[in-house]
Amino acid sequence: MPSPVFSWNPLYDFQLMWSYPFMVNAFRAGAIVAVVAGAVGWFMVLRRQTFAGHTLSVVAFPGAAFATLAGFSLSLGYFGFCVAAALALAGLRRGREPGGAEESAATGIVQAFLLACGYLFMALYKGLLEGPQSLLFGSFLGITGGQVATLAVAGAAVLVVLAVIGRPLLFASVDAQVAAARGVPVRALSVTFLVMLGVATAEAAQITGALLVFALLVLPAATAQVLTARPGLSLLLTVVIGFGVTWAGLVAAFYRPYPLGFFVTSFAFGLFLLAHGGRATARAVERRRATAGSGPVAMAGGAA
Amino acid sequence: MNAYPASAAAASAWSQPFFHHALLAGTFIALAAGLVGYFLVLRAQVFTGDALSHVAFTGAMAALAGGYDLRLGLFAGCVLVALLLAGVGRRGKADDVVIGSAFAWILGLGSFFLTLYTTSASGMGNGGAGTSVLFGSIFGLDGGQALVAVLIALAVSLAVLLIGRPLLFATLDENVAAARGVPVRALGLGFLVLVGVTAGEATQAVGSLLLLGLLAAPAGAAVRLTDRPFHGLALAAALAVGEMWAGLALSAWVPQCPPSFAVMAAATAVYAATYLRPRRAASGRSLVVAQG
Repeated sequence: MPSPVFSWNPLYDFQLMWSYPFMVNAFRAGAIVAVVAGAVGWFMVLRRQTFAGHTLSVVAFPGAAFATLAGFSLSLGYFGFCVAAALALAGLRRGREPGGAEESAATGIVQAFLLACGYLFMALYKGLLEGPQSLLFGSFLGITGGQVATLAVAGAAVLVVLAVIGRPLLFASVDAQVAAARGVPVRALSVTFLVMLGVATAEAAQITGALLVFALLVLPAATAQVLTARPGLSLLLTVVIGFGVTWAGLVAAFYRPYPLGFFVTSFAFGLFLLAHGGRATARAVERRRATAGSGPVAMAGGAA
Repeated sequence: MNAYPASAAAASAWSQPFFHHALLAGTFIALAAGLVGYFLVLRAQVFTGDALSHVAFTGAMAALAGGYDLRLGLFAGCVLVALLLAGVGRRGKADDVVIGSAFAWILGLGSFFLTLYTTSASGMGNGGAGTSVLFGSIFGLDGGQALVAVLIALAVSLAVLLIGRPLLFATLDENVAAARGVPVRALGLGFLVLVGVTAGEATQAVGSLLLLGLLAAPAGAAVRLTDRPFHGLALAAALAVGEMWAGLALSAWVPQCPPSFAVMAAATAVYAATYLRPRRAASGRSLVVAQG
């Protein structure tokens, strides 16, 4: 790729990038992946299932490595392994209180073993010159139109399922016991959600690589949930942030010779820090106003 | 290589110095990982180990890109982030979402350093450096590296045994321990530093991506097998060392099988085997009667 120069003229820059078909595909795929990962990641952060999410996202690596070794389509490897791992994690969770010591140990062991399997597959398949790095850290250069179509179909399916189960899932995530008492099928929802998480990570791994999917899942959602507590607004904000950092990352990676994952994670983490900093500042200002104001004013504020 | 029968290949590997170095370093690294991992599982901080496994990669890559010894970056990165995680959280435990957000970015930074290193002059012919940090290269340790690894692992093991009793108290009932004057916060901090050092050690053996398995699998099995904490601690260490030996032997026997995979496979097999045993919680009393 020739190294184009960033002109600070957005119209010209986008025209230049749009003249490369691979960049058009990368932007389309990035948009799909960011929206799906953002929406699923929002529930993941709400449910505090970051460890399970991270495990599912690294499982994409053995999936792709196995598909390469066995010679079938990469997409099949990604989706097959991620969904299978989601079902395995759901099975391991059965009959235990979530977040317990044993469950996290089991999750960690599943993750390490599957990564080791991925390494074995790579070692057995000696055809990749640069090793597993493009599977682990992603590449946005070779995305085909067919891949974009697959991503769009799978992504639409995930969004439809999320839209259907969204309301009860939100209820079950916020208070599982009350939801169960009200007759919400908490356990079935939990399994469905893990499978959706698996599909979403399989999607995103094809663009960002297995190791950096997790950033797209966790960072936009964590940022949005710092900024607002209202579910609908923060879900929307998550999707917008995910979309924004992915496209910004693609633009940066097009113009600079550094990996896409580095830019996407850095932009997203920058926003995360800004959100935390902003909230801390807002609280400090509020506290100062409360202490600076005279007694009755502070009391009125407290009563309100 | 393939002309030899498998046993001849194994015999030749067993007499090689690289295998002796790997066995020596691997034994003590596994010992430290088993001891630290047991507390990691008991304290439900496995996710912290997961985070450190990514930090290890970034630290090593940053050191390589900067032209330093890889191990310097490993240990500095892991200990620094362990301290940060302890500082962010209350009572030495950070929120999972914050940990996840931080290490997602740190890993992105690692991919940046990887590119920086593999496109720089010194790393031009060494495109496999990233892979060997991620998945380990225990057969690549020389005598000096093995000795350093053994000494550090011994120090970590001794430190865990020294703080073992108060740490266990603080782990099982934090509030009571704090009321009794146990320095809960300092212990949590010190423990995370030990986890950081162990992560740096284990990266040399099984690689940064797989060190989580070395920390969690023997300990997870020990927690399932016994309720008594000090038995569990000893069991976790013994299992870790045994699994390391089994893995190294397996990969010496089957040259196609990388040692990191063999160690992980042995560890996972032992953990999976604990599921065959009936649960104590359900049938605890009958089990005791049957044994008595």
